[in-house]
Amino acid sequence: MGFASLNPSYMPPMQPTHDPSLTSYYITDAFYRELVENFSDWQRDELAIGDPAERDRFRALLEREARLLDQLRLDEWLAMYSPECVYWVPATPAGGDPRREVAISFDDRRRIEDRIFRLRTGYAWSQAPKSRTVRMISNVEVFATGRETIRMVRSNFLIGEFRVDGTRFLSGWCGHRFVQSEASWKIQVRQVNLIDCDQNLRNPSIIL
Amino acid sequence: MLEKLDPPSARLAHAPAPYDWDELVQEDRVHRLIYTDPAIFAAEMTNIFGAVWVYLAHESQIPQHDDYVTTRLGLRPVIVLRDSQGKLRALFNRCAHRGTTLCRKDRGSARIFTCPYHGWSYLNTGKLRAVPWPDGYACDFKEAKFNVAQAPRVESYRGFIFATLNPDAPPLLDYLGAIRGPIDEWLDRHPGGRIAVCEANRLKYKGNWKLAYDNSGDGYHVVFSHRSLLEMENRLADEANKGMSFYRGSPDQAPMYMRYTGNGHHFKDKRPNVEKRAGGLWAIEGPHPGMEHYAEELGRRFGAKAQEILDLASSEPVNINVFPNLSLLGNHIQVFEPVAVDETNVTWYGTAVVDEEGALGGAVEEVNALRMRTQESFPNFGEVDDLANFEEIQRGLACLEDEWVYMHRGLGIPGRVRSDENGIITAPATDEAFMREYIKEWKRLMQATPHLVVQREP
Repeated sequence: MGFASLNPSYMPPMQPTHDPSLTSYYITDAFYRELVENFSDWQRDELAIGDPAERDRFRALLEREARLLDQLRLDEWLAMYSPECVYWVPATPAGGDPRREVAISFDDRRRIEDRIFRLRTGYAWSQAPKSRTVRMISNVEVFATGRETIRMVRSNFLIGEFRVDGTRFLSGWCGHRFVQSEASWKIQVRQVNLIDCDQNLRNPSIIL
Repeated sequence: MLEKLDPPSARLAHAPAPYDWDELVQEDRVHRLIYTDPAIFAAEMTNIFGAVWVYLAHESQIPQHDDYVTTRLGLRPVIVLRDSQGKLRALFNRCAHRGTTLCRKDRGSARIFTCPYHGWSYLNTGKLRAVPWPDGYACDFKEAKFNVAQAPRVESYRGFIFATLNPDAPPLLDYLGAIRGPIDEWLDRHPGGRIAVCEANRLKYKGNWKLAYDNSGDGYHVVFSHRSLLEMENRLADEANKGMSFYRGSPDQAPMYMRYTGNGHHFKDKRPNVEKRAGGLWAIEGPHPGMEHYAEELGRRFGAKAQEILDLASSEPVNINVFPNLSLLGNHIQVFEPVAVDETNVTWYGTAVVDEEGALGGAVEEVNALRMRTQESFPNFGEVDDLANFEEIQRGLACLEDEWVYMHRGLGIPGRVRSDENGIITAPATDEAFMREYIKEWKRLMQATPHLVVQREP
């Protein structure tokens, strides 16, 4: 006899049948279709949320993400993401369809964890020595979606990166898909759009 | 009309007499100058990237009449197109009038190119069709010299479009020679023997282009340069056999081999390392987004046949290297593009399976959704480390007095390197025979005096 039998409305916590750190069952055709749809035509003025407190909430989250990446606190960074997440860096300026084309990066959770693992082996020569970065996040705009628990956030970024022979700047804009989970907002998808995504890039080995 | 080229710029750029080529390129080593000297680089733009067949684009990038892509032949901007009659051409992207580029886009479709500067317009055959206010000119513009210059020879082998400015170059088929066999096999594992180019992982490094070609068949570097990749790919595996794990242990005793086929081309065949069965390639793929879902989905629909379908999403374990600038490896078409003596673009085009005949029973979209993800792996997690090492070579070579770059692995060991009656050379996987052979061909070309021409429509 356990607790469950005493409380008829007790629902045991949902155990994921698939751990996205180990297997990749959530990247399906439906997932891809929704991804492309969610990231098309979402920055519409009529969907923009003007409430300063709400914009500030998401601005703070983006700034925290930037700080954690600059500090290479990658476990804490990844904890800002929902379990079934995507880090997507398109190779085409309009985003494109990741089913039909390679992206600069298209990482599910497991591949993000692979990326972090590789950077920590000490043998990733493209990051030995490591880049020093400072990220500037600005132009934060929050957009409503069909659901109160999902927000799309647009921001611009400038990453100052010093490595070996000089400092360079990576420039672009992000689309973050935030999902409300209990009290907090988690990043379900981050789409990173470099302005030169379709050009030959030198050493694109940092997490943007 | 063919114009013979011996223009001032080419004459100045030709390698100056003081170079002793036999000193610079020896049996076991090459001089650092071949990677660092701007005069040698300038001469390469004629003697290599002009005088031999240079890969420009794939026919799937320009499928319809009037389609074009812009790219470079050496440093020359070119428009590679299928003209209004379907003929493949490589036009110099350069108005005959005052030299500005005609086309400012990466790709598109155009029957006519109109110059943004003075409005001269050309058919996509290269022929001048109109100039504004022609009555201000004494000439009648009927002379060929006012038509766009273009490569005199443009040929395609099974979709791969090459061009040369050398009227004396052998036909493309002869130039490719025995490397055609591996190219055929690479294509023929796909339905219809074809693939379609899709978008690319585009990279660049601050180093000479030959550093990439030196690496293109290098088996010696894998477990060192790509240590982080191998560890990453195997971290969740039951058996540590993912990716290029077969380079661990005793790679020279493994069944894989390298083969030099002539004219600078060479082939690394790693297929013998992998179980020859349906699903053999899939079994050694590292983790990729969607793989478990798609494998189960295809298994439900196709049963045992799913395994051979999944092999099409997997990397083909070969490196097919076509001198000077093309490499087919995994499912990628990799193109090396020289920018400066110490700067090179490397573009890793992804390819998609095309299945118009339905041989895959409707699975082509799933295969490609997986194949795009598998193709991202090496550029993200492997190539970047090689390019960092190439950049550091260019830095290390600034030591002027430390002259030699060694390529002697496998040399002088009796019985190790085998040559057949056709001059095809075979050696173990970590050997540098392919480097020694291609650089000998490079030396021969650099010592030659090619007479390049451009063509203009009559």
